Formats: sequence, C-alpha cells, structure tokens
Amino acid sequence: MLSFLFKRRGFQGGVHPEDRKQATSHLPIQTLPLPERLYVPVQQHIGAAAQPRVQAGQKVLKGEMIAAGSGPVSAAVHAPTSGTVVAVEPHPAPHPSGLPVQTIVIEVDGEDRWTDEPEPEHALNLEPEVIAQRVAEAGVVGMGGATFPAAIKLNLGSRHTIDTLVINGSECEPYLTCDDRLMRERTQEVIDGVRIMRHALGARHTLIVVEDNKPEALAALQEHLYEMDHLEAMSVPTRYPMGSEKHMIKAVTGREIPAGKLGADIGVIVHNVGTAYAVHRAVRMRRPLVSRIVTVGGGAVQRPANLEVPLGTRVEELLAYCGGTRETPARLLMGGPMMGQIMPHAQVPVVKGTNGLIALTAAEINIDDPMPCIRCGRCVAACPCGLMPLEMASRIRSEDMDGAAAHGLMDCVACGSCSYVCPSHIPLVQYFQHAKGVLGDRREQQRRQEELKKLAQQRRARQEAEAQAKAEAAARKKAEREAAKKKRAQQAEAKETPAPAKTNDKDKAEA
Amino acid sequence: MYAAIVVLTAMGLLLGYALGMAAKYLKVEKDPLVDEIEAMLPGTNCGQCGLPGCPSAAQALAAHEAPVTLCPPGGKALAQQLADKLSVSVDLSGMEEEAPVYARIKEDQCNGCTRCYKVCATDAIMGANRQIHTVFTEACNGCGKCVEVCPTNGLVLVPEPPTLRTWRWSKPQAR
Repeated sequence: MLSFLFKRRGFQGGVHPEDRKQATSHLPIQTLPLPERLYVPVQQHIGAAAQPRVQAGQKVLKGEMIAAGSGPVSAAVHAPTSGTVVAVEPHPAPHPSGLPVQTIVIEVDGEDRWTDEPEPEHALNLEPEVIAQRVAEAGVVGMGGATFPAAIKLNLGSRHTIDTLVINGSECEPYLTCDDRLMRERTQEVIDGVRIMRHALGARHTLIVVEDNKPEALAALQEHLYEMDHLEAMSVPTRYPMGSEKHMIKAVTGREIPAGKLGADIGVIVHNVGTAYAVHRAVRMRRPLVSRIVTVGGGAVQRPANLEVPLGTRVEELLAYCGGTRETPARLLMGGPMMGQIMPHAQVPVVKGTNGLIALTAAEINIDDPMPCIRCGRCVAACPCGLMPLEMASRIRSEDMDGAAAHGLMDCVACGSCSYVCPSHIPLVQYFQHAKGVLGDRREQQRRQEELKKLAQQRRARQEAEAQAKAEAAARKKAEREAAKKKRAQQAEAKETPAPAKTNDKDKAEA
Repeated sequence: MYAAIVVLTAMGLLLGYALGMAAKYLKVEKDPLVDEIEAMLPGTNCGQCGLPGCPSAAQALAAHEAPVTLCPPGGKALAQQLADKLSVSVDLSGMEEEAPVYARIKEDQCNGCTRCYKVCATDAIMGANRQIHTVFTEACNGCGKCVEVCPTNGLVLVPEPPTLRTWRWSKPQAR
C-alpha cells in the first residue's frame, strides 16, 4: 500500500530549492494601469508566427484580432486594449538573444473599449470541435510558459483516447505565485475552464494537482468542487520539477511517457490552471486572451506584486509600478529562476507565456566561475529524467554531439536540477541547449540539402524536356521544309510539262 | 538509290550490333561506391569543390583523391558522413562550422539581364527580361555562380542574419 502511494505521488530525482514564495503569495492580484503604448509581438507561441492583419494608423478595439494564426501550429493575437496601431515593425523579443521580432505597436487611447459584447454560452452543450475552434480563435496557448497552442491539445481527444486530464497547479518554480493567486481568487472560473476542457477531451478522470506548499489554493478548489463532479483536487509533495508534464504524469498516475512520445500517447493530457482560466474566458465569455497574471518578484524589486497585465506591456512598466528596483538587478529573468530566460534589457514586452518577472540581486544568483567536473555524480542523482548530465556534458565539450544524443540528450527537459546541485557550478543546461541547437541545425541543413537536390533534379529534368521539345520542333520544321521543297519541285516539274500536270493535280485533289 | 539505302541500313545495323556487343562484353566496371557517394552529395553540381560537378567529386572521393571536407554546401555533417562511408578518420574540429551564405541581389544594380537565373542550379533566382530579379533564400545553396556572371556586380553572398528561429545557445567557455 505504502509503495503504491510512493509510486503514485513521486518521481525519481529532482531538487528541493527554497521556494521564496512568501514575498508575493499573500498579495492579491492587482490590475496594472494601462501603459501609453503596447508592443504586441506576432510570435508569442511555439509554431509559426501569426500574420499581421492591421496596418499603421488603423483603430482597434480591445479583443479585436490583429494577427491571424498561420499554419497548423500557430495562434492568433488580439489587441490587448483599444487604441491606434502606430506601427508594425521589428522590436526586441523577450528572448535571451534580444533579436527583433515583428511587433504590432498600439498607441493606447485609455478607453479600454471591448469589441461588441457577445452572449455568454452554455459551453458544456458545445461539440468538442467547436470548443477547440473557440479556443483557437481566442489565441489561447499553454499559460504555464510552454506556450504551445492549447486548441491542438484539446483536439487530441478525437485521435487518442484520453482517460485522464491533469490540471497543473503545482507552480514548482521558486518565487512564482501567479497560479496560486489565480486558484485562490478566481476558483470558480478556473474550475469552469477545467470542466470545459474535460468535456472537449472526453476524459473520465480529471485531477487538479497542487503542490502541498499551497494549502489555501487547494482548500479553495476543494470548497468549490462537489462530489458528483468526478473532479478531484489533490495535493502532491513539493518537489521541483513537479510542473514538468512528464513528471507530473508520473507523479499522479504512475505512468511514464516513453522517450520521444507525448502524454496523449499514454492517454493523459496536462494543462496549466492559467490555461483553464483562459479557456473559460474564451469559450464561456467569448473573450480572447489579451492579458495575463504575472508575478513580479526577486530581491531587487522594491514592492513585489502579482499583476494582471495587458499583453505587450513593456517589462520596465511593471518594474516601475512595483516601485522600481532597490539596486540594479544582477539578472532579469522572464519566468522562474530555474527555467526562466535571461532578458537582455527591460524594454521587452510581456507575452502570453510570461508567468513571472524576476529581478535578482547579485547575492541571489550563482555567479561563481565554473570549476572542473569532479565526477561526484550529484547531477545524476538530481536528474528527474534518469540521465547522466556529467557524461553528456563531457561529450558535448569535445564536440561529440551524437555521443551526447546517445546518452539521452533529447530526453532532457532542461529543468536545471543538475546545474542547481553541481558543486563545480558547471552550466550544464547551457551545454545541453547548445548541443540541441547544433543537432537541430544539422537536421535543418540535411533537410535543406535534400530540398536543394530535388530542385536541382527538377531543373535538369526540365532542361532535358525543353531540349527534347526543341529538337522535336526542329525536326518537325525540317520535315515541313522538306515537304514544301518537294511540293515546289513537283509544281515546277508540272509547269515544265503541262500535259501530265492535270492528272497530277487530280491525284492531289483526290489525295 | 536502292543500293545506297541497303548499304547504309546494313552498315547501321552491323555497327549498332557491334557497339551493343562491345558495350556488353567490353564494359568498364564502375565502382558502386561512386554511385553511393554521389547520392550523398548535394547534386547541385555547383562546383564549389573545384571539380566539375558532383559525379566527378564522387569519383575523386572514391579514389581517395579528394578530402572528405571538400563540399562546402554539405558542411560538417556531410564531411562526417563521407568519412564514415570511406572509413577514413578525419579531424573535423578544424573545419569551421561556417555560417551558410546566400546570394542577395542589390536591387539598384540589377538591370534585368537574366544571366544569373540561367546559371542557377536550383532555380533559386526569379526574374524576367528588364525586371529586377530576386533570390529565394530557401532554395539558394550559396555556390556563387550567379555572382560570377553578373555584369553589374549586383550580386553578393551574405550570411543569413540570425533570427529567433535560428539563434542558438553558444557553447559555455570550458575551463
């Protein structure tokens, strides 16, 4: 019995970082006042960038679609408030490279006027496909930070048999409390979103999973659930990376996703609580995703807060609202401290996947120089995927990417547990990210070469066909010329000897 | 006249038969390795290796007359594959992972002569007479043949600027 529980509630490896959520977990969600300008990138999700549908000078209302999804994996983008589009141009993306991304800049008019009020809907009477379509139209993506278009995952019910829907409210990253506050303050909305998603997927079991360091959120959920609902809110031990899809499934169902497969392949789908809330807004209220809750935290922030922020607000506005910074942050992160991305500066916008904005002081970060690996094996014990980070890193160091891949590089979820425990401060995750990039480039180059080969073959085939057609045309012309010549010769002959010419003409006429 | 037809036909048949038999019995054995290598090469006959096209490069490789690192469009990945195929050890760390380059047309210098797109092995250039031409970066393998034929020096080879999609994490500085 005990072993069963253990199997159900845990996964191998992982770490237990200090959670530091006390700074913001008691703070209610505040609405950030509208900034003067919003910078809305067309790429806020995994997949193809959305195509802008507005031009400079155009007036938009809140919730109006300003960029449409393109291709099978994409998400639409909507105006986060009413105003005028002033430009559609490249702006720095919220990405460690700081490279530009096509961005729709909106001058805010301050009226915050929505598009026409649609009727709230009886969402549970809708067909699953209609729900997925509504979710796609609203541009909803995975709000836990992965930003995978949510509609695709809601449509999986038609191709796979989904028996379990897991709603991820674990929020295992330190500092972050946005999901905690969402579950506490908008409990009914979250649960409604969960019911809609369960209906769309046709799942028999639905679990809302909360780590045991958030008892208030769990209590709030349980208060709003009733027994006949077949909806269960359960608590799991606090352990990083509980919020990773693979590990959450392992922890609550005991099932393990095979390498290279998805949760849907073993009948489980995981959605974040933030996504459930966005689905409630999209399907029940018919409102697109135009804002999200962001935890602004870290030692460098004067007054940490949980803020509801219109998408496209620049990071500097959030920091300013929180009273600015106590000292120049040694590191500015978007997301949590374990998996968050380092931001190049504060002029980048908040996007759909921004769950936190963490400004860390020098004392909070590990800036020690890396030392040689002493092969202590702590990373092996900490790896929740059962990999050997030290072996992979040593292969990557000597450019043996295939060797690293053979050691399971592609199963690495980049959770950072290995880097966290490494006594030599080796940036292991950066090695893995680098190697994944190199392998990705190789695949891309291979694909490209194949495409080019095809193009070259097509060109050769076309040239041959052209040459042949030319030769045939030449032959035909020659034949015609010959025929004409013959005819002329015959006519000349006929003129010279008029007597048999008649018969000749007659013959021709008959022919 | 009939005599001529008969003689020529007979000669044709005889010689054809002789040639056919010669092709069968005096066949030059071709190394199957050459074909296999050729299948691995890009097949665009771009000439960047300094040999006239991929078939001759494949021959040179099979005869171990050319280094496996000869093909710039194939890059490091192809060099590794060729080394495995030919069972030669090769030190690829010296081979720079060069950023691939693509042709770009300077539009103010293009006079619409159509010479560049006629030489492009992969149909990567689009244009018409007296119209500004353009390059489809996706289809360009950076061989530079078009650069050579351009009468106005209106083509340059440039590396593609990194985008969010192509940006990669650098390797950490090892100690």
